[in-house]
Amino acid sequence: MSRPGFLLSAWPWRSVGYLLTGAVAGAVVLVGVVTLAVAGGALAAVLVGLPLLVMLALSGVVVARTERWRLRLLDGDPLPDPHRAPAATGLWAWLTTRLKEQATWRELGYTLLFAGLLWPLDVLAVTVAVLVPASMAATPLLMATVGDGREAKVLKQWTVTTWPTAFGVAVLGLLLLASGLYAMGVVAGARAGLTRLLIASRDGELDARVVELSRSRVRLVDAFEAERRRIERDLHDGAQQRLVALTMTLGLARLDAPPGPLADQLAKAHDEAGRALAELRELIQGIHPKVLADYGLAAAVADAADRSVVPVDVELAVPGRLDQAVESAAYFVVCEALANVAKHSGAGRAEVRGGHSRGRLLLEVRDDGRGGADASAGSGLTGLADRVSVLDGTLTLSSPPGGPTLLRVEFPCELTESAGASGASGLAARADRCG
Amino acid sequence: MLAEDSVLLREGLIGLLGRCGHEVVAAVGDAEALLVAVEEHGPDIVVTDVRMPPGFQDEGLHAAVRLREWRPGLPVLVLSQYVQRTYASELLDSGDGTGVGYLLKDRVGQVEQFVDALCEVADGGTVVDPEVVRQLLRRRRDPLERLTPREREVLALIAEGKSNGAIARELVVSEAAVGKHIGGILTKLDLPPAEETHRRVLAVLAYLRA
Repeated sequence: MSRPGFLLSAWPWRSVGYLLTGAVAGAVVLVGVVTLAVAGGALAAVLVGLPLLVMLALSGVVVARTERWRLRLLDGDPLPDPHRAPAATGLWAWLTTRLKEQATWRELGYTLLFAGLLWPLDVLAVTVAVLVPASMAATPLLMATVGDGREAKVLKQWTVTTWPTAFGVAVLGLLLLASGLYAMGVVAGARAGLTRLLIASRDGELDARVVELSRSRVRLVDAFEAERRRIERDLHDGAQQRLVALTMTLGLARLDAPPGPLADQLAKAHDEAGRALAELRELIQGIHPKVLADYGLAAAVADAADRSVVPVDVELAVPGRLDQAVESAAYFVVCEALANVAKHSGAGRAEVRGGHSRGRLLLEVRDDGRGGADASAGSGLTGLADRVSVLDGTLTLSSPPGGPTLLRVEFPCELTESAGASGASGLAARADRCG
Repeated sequence: MLAEDSVLLREGLIGLLGRCGHEVVAAVGDAEALLVAVEEHGPDIVVTDVRMPPGFQDEGLHAAVRLREWRPGLPVLVLSQYVQRTYASELLDSGDGTGVGYLLKDRVGQVEQFVDALCEVADGGTVVDPEVVRQLLRRRRDPLERLTPREREVLALIAEGKSNGAIARELVVSEAAVGKHIGGILTKLDLPPAEETHRRVLAVLAYLRA
C-alpha cells in the first residue's frame, strides 16, 4: 500500500470487493443464524429443533470455509483448514469429530461476531470511504442532469446552486475518495487480519497435529509388530505342525516300505519335507524370533551372534525387559548389521556391545572389515533407520574406507521389567556372559 | 509321558512311540497338566514341546526345568521348533545335567534316530540337537580353544548323544582312537577321572556353556 501506484492497482478494488462481499455475506449469515436459532429454539421441545440447533453450532464451519475462500481476494496464501479429517466415514463420525474440535467453536464465535458486528462495519467502511466521496465527486453530473443546471444536493443534505461550488465539491470528493481508498485498504487489511486470527489454524493446533501424527506413527509400528507376531504364530501353529506330522508319517512309512523304487521315492519325499521344514523354520525365525519374545533383547542378540558366520563377541547389559517395539527394532538393527558384516565387510571379527542406562538403550556393532558402508545408499539400513526414528531413536553409521565400521543405535526407553522380576531376565544376563 | 498341544502331532507321536515298543502313559496338552500328570504316573521319561498353552511361550520348557528341580533324575526330552542355545542352556543347567535332551521337532521325522535319542536320554545320557551343536562349533572360545579340531569334532558327536562306536564309524577311525580323543578332551577340560558316562555329560555341558 506504500507504493505510489496503489490507487492505480487492483488493490483498492479488491479491498472494496472484499468489504462489499463481506457486507452481503454478513447479512445473509445474520438471517441464517437468526432463523436457525429461532426455529431451533422454538421446535426444540418437539425434538425437531435439535438438528437445527446442531446445524447452528456447525454453521461456523460453513461460514469459515466461505471466509477463508473470500480471504483470497486479499491474501495470496490460502489458509489451511484447521479441521481434522474424521477417523471414519459417515455422518456420525464427521459430526462427533467436528463437535469435539476447538476450531469448530472458535468458528462459531467468529460467525456470531460476523453476523452481529462485522458486516455493519464493512458497510460503514465502504459507505464512508467510497460512496460518500463518490457521490460528492458526482455533484456536477447531478447538477447537469437531475438539477437542470440550476441546483444539486450534496449527500442529500446541502444544496449547491453554482457551477464553481459544484466543481469545488467534486474536487473535494475526489481528494476524499483517494484518501478514502487508502483508509479502506487499511480497514480491509485489518478486517482480513482479524478473520485470519480467528479462523485459521494456530501453532498450538499444529503442535497438537504433530503429536497426533507421531502417535499414529507409533500406532502403525505397533500394529506392524502385532501383525508380525500373528503371522509367526499362524505359521507355527499351522503349517509347521502339519509339516512335522507329514515328515513323521513319511518317516514311519519308510520303516514299513520294502526296499525298492517305492522306498526310494519315499526317502526322496521325506528329505524334501525335511528341507521344507528347515526353510520354514528359518522364515519364521526371520519374521519374529521366539527367543526375543521369551527372553528379551540380550538373549536374542546372543542367539543372532551364534548364527553369524563371522565370529561375534557380545557384551550387552540389559537388566530387564524393554518396550516390545524397541526390543524388536534394536534386534533387527543388530541382525541387519551382522548380515552386512558377513556379506560386505570382509571382517574377521565383529563385536556387539551396549546396554541400558539412564533411560537410554545404546547398541554398537563394530567390525574390523574394510569399511565403506553407506547407510543412505538404499541398503536395508535405510529402512531400519526409519524404523528407529519412529521410536525417536537415532542410527548412525561410521564407515571410512579401509574400516573399521561402527554402527550405533540409541533409543530413549525405560525398562518395563527389572532384573530378577522373572526367570527370563536372569537367563538373559547369563546369555550376556556366554556371549 | 507326552506333552504336546497340537493334537495332530500328539496322536502321531503316540503312534510312533507305540510302534517302537514304548508305552505312553499319559498325553497332555498344556504345561500345568504335565506337572500334574507326572505326579500321578511317575513316568520313565517326559517328552515335551517348548511352546504350549496358555501363553504359547516357553511354558513347556519351564515345566521341564521345574520337573527337574523336583526330581533331579527324571529324564526329560524337550522338543523345540527352533534352534535356541538359550533354551538348551537353561535346560541343561537344571537337575544334575544327566538325562536331558533338546531336539528340534523336525527330528521326530527321522524316526529311528529320534527313538535312539529318546532311549539315550531315558538311560541318563545327554542329547543335543545337531543344529545347536553346529551353532556352537562356530564359537571357538575357552576352554574349547585348547582342543584340537578332531577333539572338537568328537565332542560335538558326544553332545549329539552318540556312543564311542557310532563316533568311530562316523569319523572312520578305530574305537580306540575315539577313546584316546575322549581322554584328551576330558584332560583338557579339567575333568578328573570319575564314572565314564558322567564325565562325558560334564564335557558336553562344558561345551554347551563355553
